Amino acid sequence: MADAKDRQGVGASILRLEDDRYLRGRGRFIADIRMPGMLDVAFVRSPVAHGRVRGIIKPAGFEDAVFVMTDLDGVAGIRADSGLPGFRSSVQPVLAYDKVRYVGEALAACVAPTRAEAEDIADAVTVDIEELPAVHDMTHARNAKAPRLHESWPENVFLETAVDINFDAAVKDAAVRVKRTFKTARQSMAPMEGRGVVAYWDNQAQQIVVYSSTQMPHIVRNGLSTCLGLDQGMIRVIAPDVGGGFGYKGILLCEEVCLAYLAMKLKRPLRWIEDRREHLTGNANCREHHYEITGYAAADGTLLAVDCDAIVDSGAYSAYPFSACLEAAQVASILPGPYQFPGYRCRTWSVASNKPPILPFRGVARTGVCFALEVLLDAIAREVNVSPEDIRRRNLVRPEQMPFVNITKKIFDSGDYVECLERAVTAIDLPAVRARQARGEPDGRRIGVGLAIFCEQGAHGTSVYSGWGIPMVPGFEQATARLTPDGGLELRVGVQSHGQSMETTLAQVANEILGVAANRVKLVHGDTALTPYSTGTWGSRCAVMAGGAVAAACETLAVRIRKIAGHLLQADPETIRLNGGMALSANGSVSLKEIGTAWYLRPQDLPADVDPAGLEATQGYKTVRDTGTFSYACHAVTVAVDTDTGAIELLDYKIVEDGGVLINPMVVDGQVYGGAAQGIGTALYEEMAYDESGQPMAATFADYHLPGAPEVPAIGIDHMQIPSPISRFGQKGIGEGGAIGPPAAIANAVNDALKSHGVEVDTLPITPARVLMKLAGAAMREAAA
Amino acid sequence: MKPVAFDFAFAPDLAAAARLLAADAKPIAGGQSLGPMLNLRLARPPRLIDVSRTPDLRGASDDGDAIVYGAAVTHAEIEDGIVLDATPGWLASVARRIAYRAVRNRGTIGGSLAHADPAADWVNVLTALGAEAVLMKSGSQRTMALEQFFTGPFATALTPGEIIAAVRVRKRSARARWGYWKFCLKAGDFAKASAAVLIDPDRNETRVLIGAIERPPALLADPAALLEGRMSAVDAVKRTAPHLDDVALKLHATALARALAIAAGRA
Repeated sequence: MADAKDRQGVGASILRLEDDRYLRGRGRFIADIRMPGMLDVAFVRSPVAHGRVRGIIKPAGFEDAVFVMTDLDGVAGIRADSGLPGFRSSVQPVLAYDKVRYVGEALAACVAPTRAEAEDIADAVTVDIEELPAVHDMTHARNAKAPRLHESWPENVFLETAVDINFDAAVKDAAVRVKRTFKTARQSMAPMEGRGVVAYWDNQAQQIVVYSSTQMPHIVRNGLSTCLGLDQGMIRVIAPDVGGGFGYKGILLCEEVCLAYLAMKLKRPLRWIEDRREHLTGNANCREHHYEITGYAAADGTLLAVDCDAIVDSGAYSAYPFSACLEAAQVASILPGPYQFPGYRCRTWSVASNKPPILPFRGVARTGVCFALEVLLDAIAREVNVSPEDIRRRNLVRPEQMPFVNITKKIFDSGDYVECLERAVTAIDLPAVRARQARGEPDGRRIGVGLAIFCEQGAHGTSVYSGWGIPMVPGFEQATARLTPDGGLELRVGVQSHGQSMETTLAQVANEILGVAANRVKLVHGDTALTPYSTGTWGSRCAVMAGGAVAAACETLAVRIRKIAGHLLQADPETIRLNGGMALSANGSVSLKEIGTAWYLRPQDLPADVDPAGLEATQGYKTVRDTGTFSYACHAVTVAVDTDTGAIELLDYKIVEDGGVLINPMVVDGQVYGGAAQGIGTALYEEMAYDESGQPMAATFADYHLPGAPEVPAIGIDHMQIPSPISRFGQKGIGEGGAIGPPAAIANAVNDALKSHGVEVDTLPITPARVLMKLAGAAMREAAA
Repeated sequence: MKPVAFDFAFAPDLAAAARLLAADAKPIAGGQSLGPMLNLRLARPPRLIDVSRTPDLRGASDDGDAIVYGAAVTHAEIEDGIVLDATPGWLASVARRIAYRAVRNRGTIGGSLAHADPAADWVNVLTALGAEAVLMKSGSQRTMALEQFFTGPFATALTPGEIIAAVRVRKRSARARWGYWKFCLKAGDFAKASAAVLIDPDRNETRVLIGAIERPPALLADPAALLEGRMSAVDAVKRTAPHLDDVALKLHATALARALAIAAGRA
């Protein structure tokens, strides 16, 4: 029996198996791939946000090196419709030809032996575009006079939704009504590795092979098959090592379609590696929300209702597969947060604008929703003179109510939200912060403390996504497990690891079931030819879904292993345990290697009635209920605000979270730290502004500010680990949570710090300039009063 | 983001650099500003002359009244004290907070001045210190005070073919007082506002400067009024940089007040 300290199974913080190649710089990312005869591709991209294309002129002598839409015979545009009633469909051309609808939209592909030469050719392409007025501000997109992105539409709206649950009755006796307007900036997700595609025609397999830095190779294959009009069997999609995704790579790319087509046409390997200018200017694609939100409460702070008009700037086209409406649909369904109250009304508009199509970024709508609701809640607390912690205590769903069906019919599977809050209040040492506030700072800065609590649906499946009617609905998640002749294990999964440590954590799951050493487990993933179908890696689903699938496949294998072991040991298979790489009976043991050897190399040793299915098994898995696990967290932060500069320093940051049973707590810590760093970016730094003509205002990281190591404080994490009743080991999806809480918690802390100035921040990111403008405005009001 | 093709030559000495630069070329040292501009194709020089290892540009010498820094001295060499400091440690402490170490390892003092980013540390600090640029062009040499050298944002008095050979920084004694304060959105970022204060009784010199104003740095016309409390920091900034909006005015006034406090030993 393995010692507790040597445990490698579920719950063990073993070191990451993939780190050896990553930390030595020996991963194989898309730009590391070289092929004989490979050509580089550079795209000509639209310099204007909105315009009619009058002509694209190829430079003389390079007619065969430049490709426009009319050169892509039979290639269809990308279409991602939602089944929600009233949805307006858009088709994104693979290369724009009649109209351009955002800066950076691809118009032509230029092919040359090197990227530099391809850019030279792109430079020489003449693009004649009649510029049109642009929709740059979502709050004006619905105006009758606003320029129309898609001419056949009556207005620039992909979808409008409305929900009203008991609203009028609930607000009848409200003592207070607090209304606020909030805005979150458009951001550009910034994984360390950008996007990239390498495509070549495999003549032996008669397949177009597309390497792409993607989170969802199978979904990309679906999309390529549709756009190219090819059988799926003619397409193979491979994700090599992927350097971060966060949703940025959960999309079918025009570049993927274009390179796949051109590689078939030219019969040469082609490569496109996104550069940072393309990334920042052409793909700023997440988070931009606008809320007009009103909270109704009783005099003691008991919430009675929330009313919200929310606009999501969905950009120019509906992106495949999540569509232009997932974000706003989520806003409406998750806005009530971890709270219970009787009345709810929410209208949403997914508006079209002359910006890149919106994509779900880690936390998806939750980051904005949590910001709007939690900052509103603090405003209500101030209004009724209740502390931020008390108003949350009063309104959170209580542990004895679990599982709890909330007002939008979300089923919170388990947890103790109140305990989570209490632990966070203790961790940040609220009394000490209040005492410090009362003392004042020697340097004159203002101290504030902020709380944010939220829950996060993860691993939600068929019933949820079929309701949205988007091109992708997750069903059973599958995994294949194969014992090798030498007693090792191969796992094949259709999800794709791009930083989630799956090579480690799924090996731990296998270890838990089969006792095979984690470092003897080889994870095969990210290749449509080698793995079961999967919708891929998104939605905090892999620990639950792929973990469950690997467990199911290993359990099937375990039965067969025990049977062979029973024969070899002359013991009852039911009595055999698998541990430490051995099959153990009361009287003896055989190793997994001996079992593998028996099946593969010495079948003559096996009895006639051996299970012919052998030592390879594929199993599918769903959670007990497919409505998702609900992890949750409370973020608590102490800030210092310099009222002379508007600078905000994070003095202390604590996170209490419940990811259920953690497969590898160290890996979860990493997820939470990384997510929180991104959330700090949303809160304080990241913003892609557009001018009135729709031009993006940042083209490099000198202008688009990401938090660096000095901006991210040491974060204290406390895990609660209340098991989910619906997942295989009690694990809950937690990959996104870190990114959800920071904007709300930090905004609340800033508002707490500036309470005596009468200042409330309402716009993300909370830049020094915004703080100074708020302070100046408050000072002017003061002077006028 | 790949540059337009260019020719590349290494300059073995200053004379060769001047000769090579005569033919429609641009010098490159650390490439920390020019590199990105090349990649973004904002700069498209047909020919680059590498002066980063040109011996004449690589050291610092003492001419009695001043330290003369070769233009290709790196920020890191100043930070680490590998070259002489004309001041009681001020330059090293400025260098330590330029961008990130990786940038400081390659970026040079002359390159920073030639690039003339209004927010750059050396542009502002060396102007406040009354430094002069030594400019060289095929045999001829001229010296110019930095407040004349910067003619606009990213614009200098350099003529075609001319190169910064050195920067001459007058020595300051321990009796002199100095304050430099900058506001950055995050560590290593370009300053949104900066200010510098120099009070040198030995030379009877008082210089107060505000920087990062999207124009060349501006010296206060009447620093004594500020130092003696006859003028507020806000008014001093308003008078010196009237184009600033309210937020920038507030930030620069704060920078000025804090630089003053540092010089006065109050911070």
